[in-house]
Amino acid sequence: MTTKIKYTFKDFASDQDVRWCPGCDDYVILRSIQKALPETGRKKEDIVFISGIGCSSRFPYYMDNYGIHGIHGRAAAIATGTKLANPNLSVWVASGDGDSMAIGGNHFIHAIRRNINLNYILFNNEIYGLTKGQFSPTSLLGQITKSSPYGNDQAPFNPGELAIGAHAKFFARAAGNDAKLQTKLYIAADKHKGLALVEILQNCVIFNDGAYKSIADKSVKDDMQLVVEHGKPMIFGKNKDKGLVLDGMKLKVVTIGENGITEDDILVHDAHEPDPTLHLALINMNEPVVMGVIRAVEEKTLEEREEEVTEYAKKVNPIKSFDELLFSGQTFEVE
Amino acid sequence: MSTDALQKDTKNIDHVVIRFVGDSGDGMQLTGTQFSTSAALLGNDVATFPNYPSEIRAPQGSLYGVSGFQVNIGATEINTPGDDLDVLVAMNPAALKTNIKDLKPGNMVIVDSDAFTRTNLQKAKYDSNPLEDGSLSNYNVVAVPMTSLTREALKDTGLDSKSMTRSKNMFALGMLYWLYSKDPKYTEEFLRKKFKKKPKVVEANIKALKAGYNFADTLELMPTHYKVAPAHKEKGTYRIIMGNQATAWGLMAAAKKSGLELFLGSYPITPATDILHELVKWRHLDVSAFQAEDEIAGISSAIGASFAGKLAVTTTSGPGLALKGEAIGLAIMLEIPLVIVNVQRGGPSTGLPTKTEQSDLMQAMYGRNGESPAIVIAAKSPADSYDMAFEAAKLTLEHMTPVILLTDGYIGNGSEPWRIKKLDEMPDIKTYQITEYMEDFHPYKRDPETLARPWAIPGTPGLEHVIGGLEKDKIEGTVSHDPLNHEEMVKLRAAKVRKVKDFIPALQTEFDQEGDLLVVGWGGTYGSLKTAVRSYKEENPDAKVGLAHFSYINPLPHGVAKTFSKFKKIIVPELNMGQFADLLRMTYPQFEYNKYDKVQGLPLGTEELKKEFNRLIKGE
Repeated sequence: MTTKIKYTFKDFASDQDVRWCPGCDDYVILRSIQKALPETGRKKEDIVFISGIGCSSRFPYYMDNYGIHGIHGRAAAIATGTKLANPNLSVWVASGDGDSMAIGGNHFIHAIRRNINLNYILFNNEIYGLTKGQFSPTSLLGQITKSSPYGNDQAPFNPGELAIGAHAKFFARAAGNDAKLQTKLYIAADKHKGLALVEILQNCVIFNDGAYKSIADKSVKDDMQLVVEHGKPMIFGKNKDKGLVLDGMKLKVVTIGENGITEDDILVHDAHEPDPTLHLALINMNEPVVMGVIRAVEEKTLEEREEEVTEYAKKVNPIKSFDELLFSGQTFEVE
Repeated sequence: MSTDALQKDTKNIDHVVIRFVGDSGDGMQLTGTQFSTSAALLGNDVATFPNYPSEIRAPQGSLYGVSGFQVNIGATEINTPGDDLDVLVAMNPAALKTNIKDLKPGNMVIVDSDAFTRTNLQKAKYDSNPLEDGSLSNYNVVAVPMTSLTREALKDTGLDSKSMTRSKNMFALGMLYWLYSKDPKYTEEFLRKKFKKKPKVVEANIKALKAGYNFADTLELMPTHYKVAPAHKEKGTYRIIMGNQATAWGLMAAAKKSGLELFLGSYPITPATDILHELVKWRHLDVSAFQAEDEIAGISSAIGASFAGKLAVTTTSGPGLALKGEAIGLAIMLEIPLVIVNVQRGGPSTGLPTKTEQSDLMQAMYGRNGESPAIVIAAKSPADSYDMAFEAAKLTLEHMTPVILLTDGYIGNGSEPWRIKKLDEMPDIKTYQITEYMEDFHPYKRDPETLARPWAIPGTPGLEHVIGGLEKDKIEGTVSHDPLNHEEMVKLRAAKVRKVKDFIPALQTEFDQEGDLLVVGWGGTYGSLKTAVRSYKEENPDAKVGLAHFSYINPLPHGVAKTFSKFKKIIVPELNMGQFADLLRMTYPQFEYNKYDKVQGLPLGTEELKKEFNRLIKGE
């Protein structure tokens, strides 16, 4: 076949009614993915969505691809099996903060460490939505929730920081309401060889509404978000006059045109730098919150290493077939 | 090797049970394996069982650092590694102390007298030297200074004294070869191959082996040697196989036979890890073995691989099965093929990791939330693990629902001769896999004969669909909370498992087909039960005793009630508190079941079983 199918976002929408709460950022995520996939050149039948449990984990039902709605926390483990079974598939994980970092924390860090070529969308709404409002591993200290009526006393994870600790090679972030950036990031995640983690700061309209208001709201977003791009200076702000410089070991926000600062002084983003020090500093910034592809380092994937080891085994193991195996070693005849 | 041997008395015996015991570092596993392999290569039937401490390097000479290997070799059919010992080889006081109770009075215990030093006696908590204080007067003690004799034999090899001492297990093995008229040539071959790159080690070990052989030949303490004649077995090519290895190979055979690749998702756990160890070796033979981060990831990755079209397997032992429970429920709900192997060990909790038990039967049957029936089958011997692992794969592929295969530490680590079964001897396996577009595809539309659903795999154009743990519409597989649909799906999933009954062999009875007592067993106790029934019938020719051993637990096979009704009494010996008896009582309440339960981490013994048979038959 020479004719290449060109899909539109509609080709990826299933016939199921989408049942998220009206106004949920999950709708934006869904639409952004459906817009990104036609750009990847992947065939529909080669795409698999795998999820755990939670609001976000209903995701596969709304996609017209292959998919598994799994069990709580195990999406990464299930997806690992699918990808190892058939590396030609484009395997996506849709998982929330509780699913990925509480009950599924173990699978999350190990999938990252192995650098298996999965695209992992982390819906971080800093709350348990489907069980109706308990604190999650990313809920803030002091946050009032159904299970912390006097304030949350458990300190949170920063997902990106956790991922860097687990040796993540790709980390990107976008606000839940930013469809345009999300679409770009999903395309980048698909292109990246290795585990690509995309954190979405997703607003839960019912149980944690406004959690990201101070970052994602239209009125503040330009001053509160720095969208980084590889090879470009890290400039942000409504007037594009703010930027990042290094002050000793720390990142500092400066204003271009003040204190002799020019655009040339602003740090240029290097997403491909293997040393994660600066990426971690970007991930941990609060003002502004850094968005875009923060880290994208190419390294061998688990599937590639598996193949290499199998080739090696083929070379060194004298037994070349199952029949040979059956008769290997000491055997004896009974007449 | 020596013509003198001919001048000694040679007695023919039917079978002999030998246990080699020593410190963890004394090489007893190797010694035992070599002895049993040579016996098998020379035509005996054999059954073996290793017994090692759960500590990796327990302090030298300590009671809990004793490692053992038991072998039963016979001129007739052997079904177990044996109960009471005919010969005990003890390399130190701790080994003697922990094992002497299993030696029949009057029988031979061979010890390395050099190891009976004050320190070692203290470590073994002996107040006085048992070789001197008369406490072993009931036994035929053969005390041999093996350490010094080995060193003497190796003095010209240029090895240091520690290295020389290491060969004393070969000295002991040489003595046993002479005692049971076995040619040591296979062990010599083995040593030459194993230490190909260390000629000095080969030389030392062969010298020690020969020294032991010649020493026994000339020793007055051992005036007789024994001959175990070759056993008569079915014609064919044989090898010695361990249960866990047989399980791994059975799965590989099923993958080849079904035209699928094998995927194992597993996490190390005693005593199941050897299956993982075996399968990781054959990655170049279409086996993908993935060591996951935990038990749950083991099974979850297998589910993901099954979805993508592999023959997927997860292996574990009791505590791991508990962790996998939720995921097994998912696989039942998804209706995908998945084999779960549980090599049972003593429980609950961590329990007795290195000891055997059959106490996960109810867990396999019911250890999940909701109405979640799985096919449950069990292997009955090390070699049978090949057939049952194959059968587990065949059933899961042909019925599209998970299969739990129960083996146990006893048969998993035990070994016996196995007539090699090539692929063309194994039955065909058909699958429901779909890899090409088809019209009118409905993910949960079933084959009326088996109720299995089609298995369309990712990559197949036009058949995109999502499956999940939520209840599903009975045809389309989309989410459905409809009350009647749920009830129908619960019943369909149960009926699917129940239908398997029509695809498995009916219950068979061995020995008498009707009469006084039916011995009912399942899984790894087969050898013990068969040995006990055979022995009981030899001693009581008038007693009518049958043996009905179950390989299929859920569903139970056809013919159960018919078989049970032909006997006056039924006994169900188990290595648990009567779980199978309870299951039978639930299903066939019209019969009375006499339980015989043992939970000591040990297999059932012939004598205890015969006593129980006698009590039920004769009221004695």
